[in-house]
Amino acid sequence: MAGRRAFSVKDLPGFATIAIACFLVLYAPIVTLVVYSFNAGDSVAIWQGFSWRWYESAWDNRQVQEAAIRSVAIASAASAISTVLATMAALGTTRRAPFRGQMVIYTLINQPLMVPEIVTAVALLIFFSMIKIATGYSGLAYLIVAHSAFCIPFAYLPIRARLEGMDLTLETAAADLYATPWQAFRRVTLPLMMPGVLAGAMLAFVISLDDVVITEFVKSAGQETLPTYMLGQLRRAVSPEVNAISTALLVPTVVLLTAFYLLNRRRS
Amino acid sequence: MTSDRHQVAVEARRVGKVFGDGTSAVRALDDVSVSIRQNEFFTLLGPSGCGKTTLLRLIAGFEHPSSGQILLDGTDISREPPYRRPVNTVFQSYALFPHLTVEGNIAFGLQMLGRQRDEIAETVDEMLALVKMESLRNRRVAQISGGQQQRVALARALAPRPRVLLLDEPLSALDLKLRKEMQIELKRLQHQTGITFVFVTHDQEEALTMSDRIAVMSDGRILQIGSPREIYERPASRFVAHFIGDTNILDGVCEPGPDGAGRLRLACGLAASSPDPGRRGAVSVLVRPEHLELGEPADGEVIGVIERAVYFGTDTHYHVSLGETHQVVVRRQNRRGDASRLAEGARVGLRLDGDAVQFLDD
Repeated sequence: MAGRRAFSVKDLPGFATIAIACFLVLYAPIVTLVVYSFNAGDSVAIWQGFSWRWYESAWDNRQVQEAAIRSVAIASAASAISTVLATMAALGTTRRAPFRGQMVIYTLINQPLMVPEIVTAVALLIFFSMIKIATGYSGLAYLIVAHSAFCIPFAYLPIRARLEGMDLTLETAAADLYATPWQAFRRVTLPLMMPGVLAGAMLAFVISLDDVVITEFVKSAGQETLPTYMLGQLRRAVSPEVNAISTALLVPTVVLLTAFYLLNRRRS
Repeated sequence: MTSDRHQVAVEARRVGKVFGDGTSAVRALDDVSVSIRQNEFFTLLGPSGCGKTTLLRLIAGFEHPSSGQILLDGTDISREPPYRRPVNTVFQSYALFPHLTVEGNIAFGLQMLGRQRDEIAETVDEMLALVKMESLRNRRVAQISGGQQQRVALARALAPRPRVLLLDEPLSALDLKLRKEMQIELKRLQHQTGITFVFVTHDQEEALTMSDRIAVMSDGRILQIGSPREIYERPASRFVAHFIGDTNILDGVCEPGPDGAGRLRLACGLAASSPDPGRRGAVSVLVRPEHLELGEPADGEVIGVIERAVYFGTDTHYHVSLGETHQVVVRRQNRRGDASRLAEGARVGLRLDGDAVQFLDD
């Protein structure tokens, strides 16, 4: 019975305590936020009974409605654009023998992960305002372009991971079996990379949906998204309505991330 | 000549292939010419890096020659892309499409060729029967064993009825027993389909047992082309002799013998009547281990000492030293009593049959 066991990190003293502490720090605030979104009172700190009133008030709030629609529109467009670009980048960087400068290309594609977001935001603000002055256009396109750009690495990474697990000989085999390059892509590469593409698109959508910093700098007047609207509300008065919007925003995020996880798990 | 040319399925004409450029250029094939006949089981045999797979990829169209031509049925196809060549490949990794079923994989080539639905279904049934995989037609390829994947890969490549089937070391991932089965299976498929097979391997035994003809390659060149028997019994060079089977390469001289016949005297002490009576002077000869005979140490015979006996089941390889510096390998089918009589350290008589000697000219 006293046989030697293999080393396990679980045997270290305090492992369970630290793990529980970490989960508390991560999830206790979110649980609190969700709980107080159902508060009947005006406070975000004193519980006064259960109610849907803040959800009703958010639902009826025209500004929230507009911001929500805008957020979804931007996220959909940015997710679509960045996924297409990321797919092309991933195909270009993985469906071939390793090449010189590969790491440089990876780094360039993943630039948004490395450059501080605030720097990008300031740069975009200055750059886009020049264009706005020159063209007079101040529509949603600026936000869509900016979101597409920073979503690219989030779409790129799962697609690349998927493609790297795929035998390069598959396209060769397709060509050997009379498939033209387009047919080989359509019938072999694309169906096999699809889980990665969907995962990338979902991740990009979620990332776009909750962006604050770049949106705050790039948006023109009257272009609030849900996150920037909430930020604006918090600056004035803290109301459980923000809790309700946050909780509502949490739902698609959790759903998409679960789907992302399931798609990636199926790969193995 | 005309009828000969008619029978050629694939021809490589002075083909060269260089990868990379400048100082990092690697010459994978150097002036290779070979004609592969229709319905032939032709093997490209050589160590890794000898250019055999490159030659296969040139025939398939995955690479294009740097110089020379590849002809299929007399037509130059050197510049055709793989999807326009009536040539299919069985890949070393099989490269089955993981998102398709067994059936879907086999139908792929026919679908790309735009065949009718009925015809595809019929051919797929036929192929499944040919490789005995009918019961697994709806399985995903990830759900079947390596040996079964191998069969699917074969069926997939045979389904479009290619003029030539290329096989790139397809048996290397299988265990010994399965490999032996597939060797027989491949021969059967070739007979049944009448398709020309071009088979790449580094396994000399595989090449000898399966091929109609073998091309032995080294360093991007073809050293010898011939039937398995020709390659084994009359290797054209030291490299071929060493690469195909176990071998003794011995030095000696040819002298005039009694009655005008030539006499071959080897440095290790062995002697025999010369297979080439007119020949004189220093020579190198090849003697296969099974052509040396072990006996009781008797008068007039060369006496050796068994240094090592390596047991192979049906036979044993005896490493016999002759004097201080010479050693030969003798293969002998195992008989009762060998184990005690021919133990390591035993003294034995050695006899060489002159007919079994092959002169090496390089």
